[in-house]
Amino acid sequence: MRDGMSGAPIPLPAGTCDYRTQCEPVRARFDRLKARDVALRVEGLGKVFRNAEGAETVALRGIDLVTHRREFLCVVGPSGCGKSTFVRILAGLETKSSGTVSVGGVPVSGPGADRGMVFQGYTLFPWLTVKRNVAFGLEENGESRHVAEREAAQWLALIGLERFADAYPHQLSGGMKQRVAIARALAMRPRILLMDEPFSALDAQSRARMQAYLIEIWRKIDITIVFITHDLDEAVYLADRILVLKAHPGEVEELIEVPVPRPRHPGQMQTPEFHATRARLDALIHPGEAEADGPTDLGGLAMVTRMASVGDEVE
Amino acid sequence: MSARPLQPQTDRDAAPAEAVAPLPPVAGAAPVAGPTRRPRGRSWIGVARPLAPRRRLALTLLSFLIPLGLWAAVSYLPFLWHPLVEVTDPGDVAWMEPGMRVPRAAFAEEVTAAGSAGTAAPVGRSANPVYLPAPHEVATAFWTALTAPPPQRDAIWLPASLWHSIQIIFWGFTLSSLVGVPLGILCGAQPTIARLTEPVIEFVRYLPAPAFGALMVAILGIYDGPKIAIIVIGTFFQQVLVIANTTRRVDPLLVEAALTMGSRNLRLIRRVIVPAVLPQIYRDQRILLGWAWTYLIVAELIGTSSGITFFITQQARYQHFDNVYAAILVIGLVGIATDIALALIGRRLFPYARAEA
Repeated sequence: MRDGMSGAPIPLPAGTCDYRTQCEPVRARFDRLKARDVALRVEGLGKVFRNAEGAETVALRGIDLVTHRREFLCVVGPSGCGKSTFVRILAGLETKSSGTVSVGGVPVSGPGADRGMVFQGYTLFPWLTVKRNVAFGLEENGESRHVAEREAAQWLALIGLERFADAYPHQLSGGMKQRVAIARALAMRPRILLMDEPFSALDAQSRARMQAYLIEIWRKIDITIVFITHDLDEAVYLADRILVLKAHPGEVEELIEVPVPRPRHPGQMQTPEFHATRARLDALIHPGEAEADGPTDLGGLAMVTRMASVGDEVE
Repeated sequence: MSARPLQPQTDRDAAPAEAVAPLPPVAGAAPVAGPTRRPRGRSWIGVARPLAPRRRLALTLLSFLIPLGLWAAVSYLPFLWHPLVEVTDPGDVAWMEPGMRVPRAAFAEEVTAAGSAGTAAPVGRSANPVYLPAPHEVATAFWTALTAPPPQRDAIWLPASLWHSIQIIFWGFTLSSLVGVPLGILCGAQPTIARLTEPVIEFVRYLPAPAFGALMVAILGIYDGPKIAIIVIGTFFQQVLVIANTTRRVDPLLVEAALTMGSRNLRLIRRVIVPAVLPQIYRDQRILLGWAWTYLIVAELIGTSSGITFFITQQARYQHFDNVYAAILVIGLVGIATDIALALIGRRLFPYARAEA
C-alpha cells in the first residue's frame, strides 16, 4: 500500500500515468516558480505539547519547507498529523519548540500583519458591518477610519460583495462570510495568506464555488497561499505543491508537485494527472486512518450480526 | 422520526403478517419486536424551544394570576384559613375592643361564658391575622400611598422614600460598576491579573456585606455614605467574578483573528474582547442590578434609617401591613420595570445578538 501505484490501480486507461511526470508547460511553470523569491522558509520546525502531568506529545518534528512568492501550497495529512498546529505556528498563534520560521527573510515571533489568516470557523466580528470588518486590520495598522473604509470598499468590490458592505455578518451565508474573511485578511496586504480548512464548514456546492473564487483572487493578487485541507480533491485542484504530513509525530511525508496544468477548471478532475496525484495522496494518507477508524474493507464488516429477516434484503 | 407517530397502523399491520408466514430462522436474528412495543407519548422534556407568542403571553399572565388567586382565596374564603375573629362589638367582655383580633377558641369561650352569665355576648367576624391583608386593602393602600400625601405631617411619603432608595441604588451600582466592570474584563482577558486578583475577591465575597455596616458608619457617617458603601460591597466582588467569567467565554477564534491582524493589548481588549462579550456583560449587569436591590433593605437600616426601608419599618410598627405590602410591591414593580426597560434597550443596542438579550 505504501507504493500507491501498485496497491491501488487507477480505473482509467491512463492508469500508467505517474504523478511525477510533468508535461512541458507544467515543468516550465515550476521552474519559473522556483526562481522567484522565497516567501516562507521553515527549517527544522518542531512542536512538543506538554500536558498537565508533564507527559510530552510530539506534534511536529523536523519540518523543512521553502515556499516561493505567489505559490499555492496545500498541506494535507491524516487527522492528528499536526497540520493545524503547523499553520498556527506560521501565523504566530502557537509557539514553536524548535526550528526557525521566516517570512520574507524576517523571523516569525508572534502574529503579524505580514501573514493573514482565514480560519475554519466564522471569525467575522458580529458587531461590525462587513465593510468595517474588512477595514479592521487596516485600522489596527494605523490607517485612519476614513482611508481604511475606502480601501475596504475596494476589497469588497474585488470579491463581489459591495452590495453587502453595510450588512452584518449574521445576514450573510457561510460562503459569503468566508469570502469577507478572505478580503479582511488580504486587506492588510500580507505576504502570505494562511488558510486553515476555510471551506470545510460549507456545503459541497458552495465549496466548489469558493475554490474557484480563491483561485481567481490568487491570480489577481501578489500573494502566497498556505492552505490546510483534509479534502484531497480540493488539495489537488488548488495547489501548485502539496505538503503531505504523516501523523505521530507530524513529519513531512512527501512534497508533491501537482502535475495538473493551469489554469485549473473542474473538468480536470477526470484527467490522468489528477487521478494519479489523487491516488498517490490516498496511498500516503489512508493507511494510517484505516487503523484508527476500524476496518474499511468489506471483509471486516461481516462481523456485524444479521438482525434482519432473510428475503427482506435492501441490496 | 416523524414517520412513526404519523402511521402507527402500518407497524401493527406488518407484525401479524410476519407471524402468519414464519420466515426461516436466522442465526442471531432477533424477532422484530413490533407487537410488544407500545407507542410512547411525547416527551415533556427535550430541547427547549420558544413558545408561540399567544401561549407565552397567557402563561406570563397566569404566573402572576395563580399566586394572586391563592392570596385572594385565602383572604376572601373564610373557610380556608381565618384563624382569628375580629371583634365588631365587644358586648360586656371587659378586655375586648372593637377591631381587636382574638383567636377563634378564646372568642368562642367568651361567647359561652356570656351566654351562661346572661351578659351581652361579643360579636365578631372571622378574620385573618393582621399581617395578611386582603388584596383589595393592599390595592387601596398602594393607590393612596402613591397619590395622596401622608396623613401625619412628619410621616414620609412613599414616592419620596422610593426616590431616595432609587438614588442609593443608582450611586451604589454605578460606583461598583465603574471599577468592577473594567477590573472584571481585565481579569477575564489576562490570566496573570486574574490569578492575582480573584482569590482574594473570592474570599471577600463570602463576607456578608451587612457585617461592614458599623465600620462604614464609623468611616462615612450616618447618612447616605454607608448605605451606598454597603451596596457597593454587596455588588462589587460578585461583579468582578461574574464579569471575568463572562469575558473568559469570549470566542477565542475572534481574538486570534484580531491577533493575526495586528491587534495588541488594550486595543485588543477595547476593539475585540469588549465588543464580543458586551451583550453578555450587559445581561450580567441586569442580573447584578437585581442583586443590588436585595442589599438595599439592609443598607438602609444602617445609620439613620431612610428610604423605602424607613417607610416599611415605620408602617409595620403602626401595624399598617397593607402599606408594607404596598411598599414591597412597589420595589418589585420598579425592579421588573427597570429590567424590562433594560432588556428592550439591550435589544436595540445589540441587534446582532438577538438570542442573548
